[in-house]
Amino acid sequence: MKIKVLRDILSANDEIAAGNKQMLDSYGVLAIDVMSSPGAGKTSLILRTIEKLKDMAKIAVIEGDIASSIDADKINKVGTPAIQINTGGACHLDANMLRNGLRNINLADIDLLFVENVGNLVCPAELQIGTQKRMMLLSVPEGDDKPSKYPLMFTQVEAIVVNKIDLLPYSDFDFDNFHRTVSGLNPSVRIFKASCKTGDGIEEWISWLKSELGK
Amino acid sequence: MHELAVTQNILDIALEKAEEVQARKITGINLVIGDMAGILDDCVQFYFDFLSKDSIASDALLSFERIHTRFLCRACGHTYQAGDSLPSKCPRCGEWGVEVVAGREFYIDSIEVD
Repeated sequence: MKIKVLRDILSANDEIAAGNKQMLDSYGVLAIDVMSSPGAGKTSLILRTIEKLKDMAKIAVIEGDIASSIDADKINKVGTPAIQINTGGACHLDANMLRNGLRNINLADIDLLFVENVGNLVCPAELQIGTQKRMMLLSVPEGDDKPSKYPLMFTQVEAIVVNKIDLLPYSDFDFDNFHRTVSGLNPSVRIFKASCKTGDGIEEWISWLKSELGK
Repeated sequence: MHELAVTQNILDIALEKAEEVQARKITGINLVIGDMAGILDDCVQFYFDFLSKDSIASDALLSFERIHTRFLCRACGHTYQAGDSLPSKCPRCGEWGVEVVAGREFYIDSIEVD
């Protein structure tokens, strides 16, 4: 006997994600899911952003990694509250992990929450965790062809920071090709070129973020 | 890449539905998976055999209906199947801007029960 089910396999996750978003909204917290490959500069971008915004917004960070508290330690060191989630092998954060993380953050005390996802250009894009916004980084050494090879994440984000532009002289990264493929998949996405190492280009990202915080 | 976790979800949903209709045995699970969902059929079956072994779904056969990625051209409205490289130029008007209209499906269509 055939029984119709018609249920999304990720529905349990999506229900929890909707609850997370509702909770963040109720505290007026803007949460951003920060995604990229390992080593593209997620933590460095968050640190640069804290440096620029700490006087105008109260920020907290949730760090997702397979293991270690290296990233949360870096954030705590600059005086911003950070908690570490270790996924113990899982290749992405899911909504339940974020829900558990949110229990350890005083949401009434903050305006802006960065959720640094596990470094991975594939799986994090497949699961909504309940942040209001999603952004990603791509670093110059990874190459301009990544939107064609790993398209999903590029369709899921509102902003892309192309990091490590200080390495452009040593690279054949083709921005025209990058723009063409990304805007082909996601025409409304904002693209920022920056170097978290030198600070170049960070201001454009910061002013976008400020305008989003003001909304 | 995370087939173990999603396979557990598949099993949980199938068992819940089977209980609802008081089935004795689940003999099949029919899944619909888009090419952009990033899920490998063989890998899901492998984990399923392991996870289901002490349940009423232990002998269930998984069947996979694959949905190819399809694009809608934002310029001319033509819909077409994605090629091997993403994104691709619209074969009708040559423009690049696309919307993904199929290929992200990931759901259980039905289960077969006794």
